[in-house]
Amino acid sequence: MRFLDQNLEFTRLPGALESFHANADETQLSAFAAAVKQTGGRFVALWGSDERKRNSNAGGYAVHVAFGIAEGLALVTLPMHAENPEYPDLSEIFPAANRLQRTCFDLLGIRARGGDQRPWLRHANWPADYFPLRRDVDGARQFEAHNEDYAFVRVEGDGVHEIPVGPIHAGIIEPGHFRFSIVGEKVLRLEQRLGWTHKGIEKRFEQLPLAEAHKLAGRVSGDSTVAFAWAYCLAAESLAACTPPPRALWLRALLLERERVANHLGDLGALGNDAALSFGLAQFLRLKEDWLRLSGELFGHRFMMDAIVPGGVARDLPGGASEKIARQCNAIEREVRILKNIYDEHAGLQDRFLTTGRLNPALASALSISGLAGRASSQAWDLRTQFPITPYDQLDVRIATHRNGDVAARVTLRFEEVFESLRLTRIILTQLLENKSTEYFAPLPAAPDGAFGLGWIEGWRGDVLVALEAGPAGSIRRCHCHDSSTRTWPALEHAVMGNIVPDFPLINKSFNLSYSGQDL
Amino acid sequence: MYQLLKQILVTGIKTEAPPVADDALRVTTQRLEQAMLKTLGRALVIRHIDAGSCNGCELEIHALGNPYYNLEALGIRFAASPRHADLLLVTGPVASNMVVALQRAYEATPAPKLVVAVGDCGCNTGNCAGNSGGIFGESYASRGKVANVIPVDVAVPGCPPTPLALMQGILTAISGK
Ligand code: SF4
Repeated sequence: MRFLDQNLEFTRLPGALESFHANADETQLSAFAAAVKQTGGRFVALWGSDERKRNSNAGGYAVHVAFGIAEGLALVTLPMHAENPEYPDLSEIFPAANRLQRTCFDLLGIRARGGDQRPWLRHANWPADYFPLRRDVDGARQFEAHNEDYAFVRVEGDGVHEIPVGPIHAGIIEPGHFRFSIVGEKVLRLEQRLGWTHKGIEKRFEQLPLAEAHKLAGRVSGDSTVAFAWAYCLAAESLAACTPPPRALWLRALLLERERVANHLGDLGALGNDAALSFGLAQFLRLKEDWLRLSGELFGHRFMMDAIVPGGVARDLPGGASEKIARQCNAIEREVRILKNIYDEHAGLQDRFLTTGRLNPALASALSISGLAGRASSQAWDLRTQFPITPYDQLDVRIATHRNGDVAARVTLRFEEVFESLRLTRIILTQLLENKSTEYFAPLPAAPDGAFGLGWIEGWRGDVLVALEAGPAGSIRRCHCHDSSTRTWPALEHAVMGNIVPDFPLINKSFNLSYSGQDL
Repeated sequence: MYQLLKQILVTGIKTEAPPVADDALRVTTQRLEQAMLKTLGRALVIRHIDAGSCNGCELEIHALGNPYYNLEALGIRFAASPRHADLLLVTGPVASNMVVALQRAYEATPAPKLVVAVGDCGCNTGNCAGNSGGIFGESYASRGKVANVIPVDVAVPGCPPTPLALMQGILTAISGK
């Protein structure tokens, strides 16, 4: 089948997700990317793979680009020769490709022709000609650690000076480096240097059995463990032709919405705190703790890590769980409504929130922003309604969007999404009660060598993507994980421009992006 | 304002009793003298360092500040700089990219300094098959457990450790033997 009038023949990939794959040459890839851009589609992810030694006559490398189009997820693969592997620079069409292209070179040694050529995940801690994701590299070697001299972009001018922040930050957060160029209090430019928590996740996947690596996927970004585990399992189930029982899918949705609520509660508290209302932090953290405790009691883990497994879920709800969840939903809803009123009417808070850290819709679109940050800037992307997999096809999720793109919009959106997730949870509970089956797991059949599957799930922060290729005898040949943070980080550089330095923590928190999820 | 005050009153005090120290968590024997521990026990300052975690451990460290655990009520608080800290709370397998930063933070912390390694990644215990670096292991990008890079006094297993386990680890680090 063909899309967007392009000369590219796609085939439907197996599995529940509407996903399609095509092999392309350079011209076709560039043309397709341009067509996606023109028709309002979006760039989702880019990664590379080492295709050498697959069989004796074929070889080289490949770059894979995932696009979101009206029909679903369109994956385009461009094969490359083993000597001098290069591909056309896509960052001119989609700026979000920039850091991913640099990542691709750091890990695999395949280069985009043009664009930013500075390293991204590689700091000074392994040699420039060491490419850990190549098949003839085992990835075990350790090199001496050095401090890196990174070529930041300098802002010149009268009274301009720089503030370097990080990698270790002042709060309890993940490491990253921010280089502010400022005049007085005003931020002229922010440049990020990320990659500090790169711990070789993609190489590690290749050492784990396919049937067990959902645990690693669930630790790409701990706050999104459910989303990543589901995406991984969806990919694994797609390539192994496994359909989990309906009860398992309803339970997965329950977990995903619980993860959304837990994170939103925490963020709403932290956002109040960053605008000097510590009352908000205490109240919301209390609610979050209640929420986590019930998750721990019902699913055996406060963040529900390892609750989703290939083929279904690790356990069913214990007796009496439905009543407990329903009761908690009511209690949380009542309290969050009170707190929303307090936030809405707090002049000091609103003064800090409104017009701060603005990401306008046109820019959000140009930068391929999705998820929560996107919806706060008019980007109405939500996989739960666009490409709903079971049970979201029966749930009719009402997504919230805003146009202002400021901190206030991202706060309001979180409130609305908490209420919506509570509503969905009640529907899910009813379905679980009606569904009398006790089956919550179907064994994952052995995956054929070379089988490929995709998983794409709307986590609390945005979409997460897992691309998985099986190797021989239950192994993994390649697994790429993509968190929407990777695309949203550059937007933060824009959103802080013109704001004052002391508002940066608030703006940063309003996005609350994952470092680990982008560093891998 | 009325609503806000009412909410505070209605909520009441939620703080629960803290756990007691557990010597099983020690990696080395207590190095500090009783008199020193007594002082620290009343006003301990912690600097948290994420050396490469998945951010799961950070979620539980955050929870230490919620009204249930209320760490500050024990005289324990988090500081923004290692120069102000008595104890480093380190999470994650140590990413190669974080080695220099972690060493510098350790050097910047005034002696006597305590280090608590957090999570299965940071220590090599727990359900991650005793792997240094937990599920991430050791590789070109990961140095594994925290003790591979800086000296560690107490290690708290768990993925992530619960807030109670974290509190217990911190209290163990400042308890005498
Ligand atoms: S111990 Fe677990 S939660 Fe903590 S950083 Fe490691 S994987 Fe994440």
